[in-house]
Amino acid sequence: MSSRRRKQKLIKWSKLYTFSCLRPTTDESAPTAHLIGQTGFSRVVFCNEPHLHKTKPYKYPNNYASTTKYNLVTFFPRALFEQFRRVANLYFLLAAILCLTPLNPFNRASVIAPLVFVIAFFVFVLQDREVNSRKVKVHVGNGLFEQKSWESLLVGDIVKVTKNEYFPSDLLLLSSSYEDGLCYVETMNLDGETNLKPKRTLEATLCLYEDIDFCKFKGTIRCEDPNPSLYTFVGNLDLDKESHPLSPSQILLRDSKLRNTEKIYGVVIFTGPDTKAIRNSTKSPSKRSRVERKMDRVIYLLFAMLLLISLISAFGSSLFTMSENHKGWYLRLNDHVDPLSNPEDPTFSGLLQFVRALVLYGYLIPISLYVSIEVVKVLQAVLINKDISMYDETTGKAVKARTSNLNEELGQVEMILSDKTGTLTCNQMEFKKCSIEGISYGGEVTEVDLAASRRMNIDVERHRFSLDGSDSTGRSVEMFDLSTGGGGGTEKDVLGISRISNSRKDFFVKGFNFRDDRLMDKLWIYNRSNVNDMIMFFRVMALCHTGIPIEENGQENKLMYEAESPEEVSFLIAAREFGFKFCQRTQSTMVLQELDPSSGSEVKREYKLLNLLEFNSSRKRMSVVVRNEEGEIFLFCKGADEVIFDRLADNGRTYQQATVMHLSNYGEDGLRTMVFAYKKIDELEYEKWNTVFTKAKAVVGEEREELLENASELIEKDLILLGAVAVEDKLQKGVPECIDKLAQAGLKIWLLTGDKKETAVNIGFSCSLLRHDMKQLHLCSSQESSSSQQMKDVKKEIMYQLQSYNKLITEENRDDSPFALVVDGKALELSLGNDLTKQFLSVAMNCDVVICCRVSPKQKALITQRVKEYSGKTILAIGDGANDVGMIQEADIGVGISGMEGMQAVMASDFSLPQFRFLERLLIVHGHWCYKRISKMILYFVYKNIAFGLTLFYYNTFTGFSGQDLYDDWYMVMFNVLLTSLPVISLGVLEQDVSSDICLKFPALYQQGQRNIYFSWKRIIGWILNGVLASLSVFTLNICMFSSSALDRNGNIGDIEHIGTITYTCVIWTVNCQIALMISHFTWISHFLIWGSIFSWYVFLYLYSTLPSTYTYRIFTEQVGPAPVYWIGTLLVVAVAVLPYVIHIVIQRSFFPMDDHIIQEMKYSGTDVKDNPMWVREQEKSKQLTQVGYSARVDSKIRHLKEQLHRKRKSFYSSLTNSPMYKTVVRRDINPTLQ
Amino acid sequence: MEMDGRSSSSAVIEADSVSLQQSRRSKFIHQFTQQSLPACKPVLSPPFVISVFFVVGLIFIPIGIVALHASRSVVEIVYRYDGECVPEPYRSNKLAYIKDDSISKNCSKSLKIPKHMKAPIYIYYQLDNYYQNHRRYVKSRNDKQLLHGLKYHDASSCHPEDANHGHPIVPCGLIAWSLFNDTYSFSRGVVDLKVNRKNIAWKSDREHKFGKQVYPVNFQNGTLIGGANLDPNIPLSDQEDLIVWMRTSALPTFRKLYGRIEEDLDADDVISVNLFNNYNTYSFSGSKKLVLSTSTWLGGHNDFLGIAYISIGTSLIFIAFVFLLLHVNNPRPYGDTSNLSWNWKPISS
Repeated sequence: MSSRRRKQKLIKWSKLYTFSCLRPTTDESAPTAHLIGQTGFSRVVFCNEPHLHKTKPYKYPNNYASTTKYNLVTFFPRALFEQFRRVANLYFLLAAILCLTPLNPFNRASVIAPLVFVIAFFVFVLQDREVNSRKVKVHVGNGLFEQKSWESLLVGDIVKVTKNEYFPSDLLLLSSSYEDGLCYVETMNLDGETNLKPKRTLEATLCLYEDIDFCKFKGTIRCEDPNPSLYTFVGNLDLDKESHPLSPSQILLRDSKLRNTEKIYGVVIFTGPDTKAIRNSTKSPSKRSRVERKMDRVIYLLFAMLLLISLISAFGSSLFTMSENHKGWYLRLNDHVDPLSNPEDPTFSGLLQFVRALVLYGYLIPISLYVSIEVVKVLQAVLINKDISMYDETTGKAVKARTSNLNEELGQVEMILSDKTGTLTCNQMEFKKCSIEGISYGGEVTEVDLAASRRMNIDVERHRFSLDGSDSTGRSVEMFDLSTGGGGGTEKDVLGISRISNSRKDFFVKGFNFRDDRLMDKLWIYNRSNVNDMIMFFRVMALCHTGIPIEENGQENKLMYEAESPEEVSFLIAAREFGFKFCQRTQSTMVLQELDPSSGSEVKREYKLLNLLEFNSSRKRMSVVVRNEEGEIFLFCKGADEVIFDRLADNGRTYQQATVMHLSNYGEDGLRTMVFAYKKIDELEYEKWNTVFTKAKAVVGEEREELLENASELIEKDLILLGAVAVEDKLQKGVPECIDKLAQAGLKIWLLTGDKKETAVNIGFSCSLLRHDMKQLHLCSSQESSSSQQMKDVKKEIMYQLQSYNKLITEENRDDSPFALVVDGKALELSLGNDLTKQFLSVAMNCDVVICCRVSPKQKALITQRVKEYSGKTILAIGDGANDVGMIQEADIGVGISGMEGMQAVMASDFSLPQFRFLERLLIVHGHWCYKRISKMILYFVYKNIAFGLTLFYYNTFTGFSGQDLYDDWYMVMFNVLLTSLPVISLGVLEQDVSSDICLKFPALYQQGQRNIYFSWKRIIGWILNGVLASLSVFTLNICMFSSSALDRNGNIGDIEHIGTITYTCVIWTVNCQIALMISHFTWISHFLIWGSIFSWYVFLYLYSTLPSTYTYRIFTEQVGPAPVYWIGTLLVVAVAVLPYVIHIVIQRSFFPMDDHIIQEMKYSGTDVKDNPMWVREQEKSKQLTQVGYSARVDSKIRHLKEQLHRKRKSFYSSLTNSPMYKTVVRRDINPTLQ
Repeated sequence: MEMDGRSSSSAVIEADSVSLQQSRRSKFIHQFTQQSLPACKPVLSPPFVISVFFVVGLIFIPIGIVALHASRSVVEIVYRYDGECVPEPYRSNKLAYIKDDSISKNCSKSLKIPKHMKAPIYIYYQLDNYYQNHRRYVKSRNDKQLLHGLKYHDASSCHPEDANHGHPIVPCGLIAWSLFNDTYSFSRGVVDLKVNRKNIAWKSDREHKFGKQVYPVNFQNGTLIGGANLDPNIPLSDQEDLIVWMRTSALPTFRKLYGRIEEDLDADDVISVNLFNNYNTYSFSGSKKLVLSTSTWLGGHNDFLGIAYISIGTSLIFIAFVFLLLHVNNPRPYGDTSNLSWNWKPISS
């Protein structure tokens, strides 16, 4: 690249952005400079000498940034902390400590073994090294740059970052590819702002342009210590004995991105944990699901049970030791050998017995539940991650469960708070329609209309079949005609789809989704009488903007555009497609390649850009003043409709009426509209105005804005309306369908966006959250408030609004008039103030949909928090940007969209989705499953541990409460480790009440989770009772069977070990059969795990009884195994122990079935195939009555159309029946029957 | 589907078992990750439930009858002697009687055999209210010492019966110390009935848990004498009384095998029992019983198993009938949609 050309380009580039981007930089001579070297400002960086930073005192951390919760070093303290937030684990700790004392009822090895098991499990924590292994070019000496991974960066390294790359750490900008040392960065990842920010090097380092320049570069930076403040920086760069003060505008922050700049060189000042981005990131709070929190309470309950039976034991033991009757001489209790049964001090003995009992009956507290849950949830998360239906092929990303804590929470979500940009929409504008000279172009029919007409047609078909032939056919035809006649604008096209031929369907330009042959292919030049206005329209489109053309891949003829807003880009693309290619921009000129309507050939025209009146939110318009090659001066203006209509000349309103109608139609389709107007200015007038304007521009100070505003007003008047354009804020794939399904499943959806109200409402329409017959309640503050008095007024105003809305909502019949609440940021801020919150939320919760616009990130988090508190519902927040982080962290479940760039939201989220539409499957299928699985699993665990643990207690009542255990210590260890843990995993991972497609077809099933019926207290108590019953039957039956008579033919009598082994066998069988009864979806894995567990008990027993010199030696092969009573007894005990559950489930299934039961039955008996209409009908019925979503909108449209039809038909018939013709026909019809 | 195709095609093209296995594995992994493994989804339908109850009931009742029959065919004689064997003057103060070594503990009684008893007839002693399962008691032993003798010095678990006069005790611990020491001998008329006291303990205990080279040392030498003494010249592995006694019972009422009579006893035979009532159960109001019992394949006399089977079987059949009745009277069609929540919600609310 020749340097001359580069120079030319440089000027063009870096200056142009000063239009909008360059804000006054902070004072270069930092007043804090004297601070350098003090505490807090002690960092020294030797540029280009990273080796100096390998030793102290200049050793700084490397660039590794941990993104996972644990790493090897912090694993223990953190994991322990995480664990001990759970109550049961405190007990676990207590038990572990007690085990080291003589109070321990078990042998030590058997206690340590499960501990080792738990820890071994937690070591399997995966590390996320993705970010840290990204590559960057680093100077390795002699002007050579090499690729290195991010984590290996050291302070002092010189790095080269090229366009669209992220900065690997906090850098000091040394030079950029622009000669003036400017570069642009995008800080979306840090603060959510998408606009570009300029950064500028010091004069002193400008010379470092090429790689080779860094051979000998040396410098020392003295600067502040690491801190989280993103917008400040204090430091000095010492170069060649000269000190240069540094400011934030030389600092490039990690996680921001280089834009519009070929490359930059920088020196690393802060790495890894020192970087501002990492310092600034809040640790995402670890969340716990509702089920798990309830589980804690269940554990408390079990703990209470444990305390109770321990108390009984302690009391009993004291009584035993005291009573002369019971204690025998053979126990030698009076020797005071055993402090646990000392008759002299029964209280103390009792106390010690109590402590021992706590450990002994510890099996009541399902500690291993936490391990099992963790395993199950990780596996569930793996299955969620692997689901092909949630894999996005375009980005190659899949759904990722970033935490496995919340899987089951997904099945209980009641509200979704969604961000707009990047979440629902692609942040990509598509030119969709336009209205020029009062004629609407771009005839795409909206999806809703399509669906409505399709459904209508189906109805008509049915109708036709249900009635007899000829008459109804006529009626259906008539229906077509009537409905096409109704409404105006696009509604005309309701049923007459594809009237506009789409000859080139395969043709697609990004950002341009416009199909109308009247304008395409330059056909418009033949089309109209008033081609002039059309040309003007296109010129506004091509000139009135701040965009810049860029060559795509260096091809001159293929131009792409970059502009401040994506809308402008879409205008430029559209203009290019219409034949007005904007191809060059300099400081003061714009070059268009125009289609000349008279010749049909393309001509290059240069326009002198005289003035640019910027867009801002209060002006809501933007204008350019240009002079064309003929010397005529034009003002081209685009802006919001009402703003432009106010400023039209009397003779400029020719198309106003038609345009207004089109605008309203576009608006309802969810399109974003903008009105174009122009005006010709004569030379004199311009000169006069220009002096005013330049003067205003020159003013420095507060009144500058106002003066500029006034100056603009002077010229932006008497405009001539050209038409309007409509762009679509392109929704992501499948968004409306997904919202539809979610609404049917009973989820409420709120939209929170930082965008302005109009845009938010547009999106509301386009994703069917809103529809035209919804009553929109707007909550906004009419005036800017600065003083406290004004604040009070505004507050009063809002209160008044809220009250009236509340009244409205309660009075109206809810079914026929759905409500939508639209709130803007200002009003929201006041409403969320303490006194109005309740009122606001009660209104909001009663509305079918709530849209909050102009919401700051903080407010997003605040709303989430308030709604969570107020409603107590499970809330899911979904967003993609850094501005959603607060909301994502605050919500019960945070979901980040990973498809777009920017990782902040994803990092804060619990689940990341590549696309919004996967939310449907994530919630309705996986959420539903996980909820049921986890609930069932916990209940089973409670059952299992009670069934097992209580037998120990019962047995103790027979041993004088001495703390003797019935089972061998190693049996007990194996209980949770091997013998019963694996079937639980099959229940928690593989169980499905219904298959995934049925989950999706019957959204009502999701409500079982919302209503939490699978983990209600009723169920929990039921399962506890079931456990008690099972333990009772297991224990008493065994005791009775093996009381004192001989065990076998040889007259041998069973001792503790024999009875223990037999009882234990029964327990294993019982709990495993119980889980088999709970599972409704048997894969071979489940079979393998359940029956394998039982089998493994016998294997274990066999192996264990071959261990020599144990008490249980040959217990299985010689003693218990050969006794028939052992096997026959097991059968009886298991049958009795599971009987209560079987009877319960049979009664429930037969007489009080639940939805999933019936659907299972229907599916099982093949009703879905045999009686398909019923199957479909039930699906329809299972949908929650909702006003939100696509099908609700279709329904209302159909209702609307039918009403219209009905009315028309009525009038038609009344006119017909009154006609004499009809009367004669009818008479003739009737007569034959009379004959 | 895609996976299906691949696996079948590879199977057809080449019968390479490796690739077949691989594709099978990948198919499995696919099905597993997509949660679409083939599964059986049993649904409890009323006919199925009723028939299951019925069938299980029908299986249980015969088992119960067989078990009950076996139990009933056992002849068992239980004779409590702890009261009767105390001479009249000591009845009010039995403790004094049992503690007084000078009084002869000999006691003779005669028992009538109610039914023919087929050899072997097992002789048990039964103790009631004797907490052999008390933790303190259960733990007071040292298995290693029993097997290896004095090679194992650590007998802290045996305290206070671990050492005497500074010398370790073998076998140590309360269990051995409190060894049962009543003895029984039987005679039919004038002929003594031979009591076989060999092989009353588990074979594995004799061979692997009690040392063949371990002899009682310093046993019952302390100030407090517990139960029986052991012959220091017989190794522990042959002290079967001790081995049986060391198998601590699960419940406070228990029997232990004393020996076998290996002759049939006929109905109405009168046998006389000559016993030495040495063991002190009087201090804790326990009772002592002598039990003579035959056995069957199911073990000793215990009606419970049979009765339980029969009653559970009948109640299952009863439940089956109740369900049948309910089902006939109030049938719920299989997969009936009117029970779906969305179909009854509007009516109820």
